Amino acid sequence: MSAVEISTVFTVFAVSLGSLFFLAGTLGLLRLPDTLTRLHALTKADNLGLGLIVLGLLPQVSSPLGWIGLIAVWLLALLAGATVGQLLAGALRPSDGTPPDRGGGSA
Amino acid sequence: MTEFLLSAAAFVLATVALGLIRILRGPSDADRLLAAQLLGTGGVAALLLLGVATAESAIGDLALVLTLLAAFASVGFVTGTVRPDATRSPGEAPAARAADRPEPAGEETRR
Amino acid sequence: MSLPAPVDLGLAALVLGLAGWVITTSATYRAAEGFVAYGLVLALVWVRLGSVDVALTEAALGSGLTGLLLLRAAARLPADDPAETTRPGPGVRVVAAVLCTAVAGALAAVVLLLPEPAPSLAPAVAANLSATGVGNPVTGVLLAFRAVDTLGESIVLVLALVGLWSLAPDDAWGGRPGFLRGPAAASPLRFLAQVLPPFGILVGIHLLWIGADHPGGKFQGATVLAAMWVLVLVAGLRQPPRVTSRPMRGLAVFGSLVFVGIGTAGAWLAGAFLAYPEGLAKPLILSIETALMLSVAVILGLLLAGPPEPDDAAGVRS
Repeated sequence: MSAVEISTVFTVFAVSLGSLFFLAGTLGLLRLPDTLTRLHALTKADNLGLGLIVLGLLPQVSSPLGWIGLIAVWLLALLAGATVGQLLAGALRPSDGTPPDRGGGSA
Repeated sequence: MTEFLLSAAAFVLATVALGLIRILRGPSDADRLLAAQLLGTGGVAALLLLGVATAESAIGDLALVLTLLAAFASVGFVTGTVRPDATRSPGEAPAARAADRPEPAGEETRR
Repeated sequence: MSLPAPVDLGLAALVLGLAGWVITTSATYRAAEGFVAYGLVLALVWVRLGSVDVALTEAALGSGLTGLLLLRAAARLPADDPAETTRPGPGVRVVAAVLCTAVAGALAAVVLLLPEPAPSLAPAVAANLSATGVGNPVTGVLLAFRAVDTLGESIVLVLALVGLWSLAPDDAWGGRPGFLRGPAAASPLRFLAQVLPPFGILVGIHLLWIGADHPGGKFQGATVLAAMWVLVLVAGLRQPPRVTSRPMRGLAVFGSLVFVGIGTAGAWLAGAFLAYPEGLAKPLILSIETALMLSVAVILGLLLAGPPEPDDAAGVRS
C-alpha cells in the first residue's frame, strides 16, 4: 500500500469515526433524561468528534500553517468545551453542594 | 477524497441540526444552550471539512473565530444576573438565580 | 465541487425555522438563545453564498458578542416585566404586521424586479483593484472605492457610544460602565479569561493582516479583540475604565481621526478627499485599517459594557 493510500484510509477512518461521535452527541442530547447527563454526553462527544475529524484532516493538508490552524481549532475547542462544561454544571448544581435531583429516574 | 469530505460535512451538519429539536423542546434554558453549543462545534467541524475539501483557507479562519467565541453564549448564561431591584423574590441572592434557572422536566413555561 | 443540494435546502429551512421560532416564542430568554443558534446557522449560510467576509462578521458579532449581550440583557428583565407577561393590543399587532409586510414586500419586489443581468459594479472593481494594491475586493471597496461610507460608519460608532453614555443618570456620570459587572466569577471563567485573550489578540491581528488579500479585515479583527476585552471584564479580572478617562476616549476617536487626516491629505496630495497618492494606496489603507481596528474594538467593548453607573451601586453589586 502506498503512502497516499494509507493516508486516505486513515482520513476516511478518522473522519467517519468523528462523525459518529457527533451523532452520538446528538442522540445523547435528545435521549438522555436530564440536563446534567446531556451536558456530560455532549462535551465528551463533540470534543472527541472534532478531535478525530481534525486528526483525519491532517494528512490531507500539506502546509505546516494548515496543520497549526487545524490543531489550534481543536485545542481552542477543548478549552471552550471544558470551560462551558464546568460553568454550566456549576450553575445547574444547587448552591448548597448537595447532588442535584436527577429528575426522570436516572441512576 | 473531496466527495467523501463533503459528505462527512453534510452528515455532521445534519446531525447537529437534528439536535436543535432541544431548542424547541427545552425544557430548561440550559438545554437550549446545549443545543446551540453542539451546533457550534458541529458547525466548526463541518467548516474544517469544507475548508480542506475546497482548499479555501478563509473557511479555516472562520472556524477559528467560531471556536474562539464558542464559550461566549454560555458565559452570558452563567453570568447573567438580575439587578437588585428586579429579583422576583426579595432577598434572593443574585448568584442563586443561575442555579435557579433549570426547570423540572415537563414544566414548559416558568419564565 | 460543492455540497449536495439538500444541504443548502436544509440550511435555508433551518435559518427560516429558527427565525420564525425566535419571533414567535413567548419568553425573551428563549428567543435570545434561539438567536445564538440562528447566528451560527446564518454564518454557515454566508459561507455557502461565497461571502466568507460576511460569515466572519456574523460569527464574531452575531453569535459571539450579540449572544452574550442578549442573554445578559434578557436575564436582567424581571419575570413580571410587561414585555414578558402582556401582549400588545390587537391594534398595535395589526399595525406592526402591516408595516412588516410592507417592508418585506418592498424588499422582495426590489429583488424580484431587478433587471437581468442585475446592474453590478463588480467588473469595474475587479478591473481597478490592482490600483489599490490590495487583493481582497471587499477591502478595496470599503477602503478605496467607497471609503466615504466606511468613514461615515466609523463616525456612527462613536455617535452610538455617545448615545449610550447619554442614557446614564446625572449622578452616575464619571462612574464605570456597569453592565458587565456582577458577583465574583467562577474559577473556570477566570481561567478562560486568562488563557483565551492571547490567542484572541493573535487571531484579531491575523484577521486584520490577511484582510488585505483574503476574507477578513479590521471589523472582524476588532470584534474578536472586543470579545476578549469583554471576557476579561465579565470575569472581573479588570475594571472597565471610567467614562471620563481621556486615554480611552482618545482611543475611541483615534481611528476616525486618522481616517479623516489621511483623507484630507489626499485632497491636497492626490486631488480629491479620500484619494490615495499613486503607489501609496496599500500602506495608507493598512494604516487606516490598523487605527480603525483599535478604535472599533474599544467602542464595541464600551458599547457592551453599558452606560456608567455610580460608584456606590457598583460596590453593592460586586
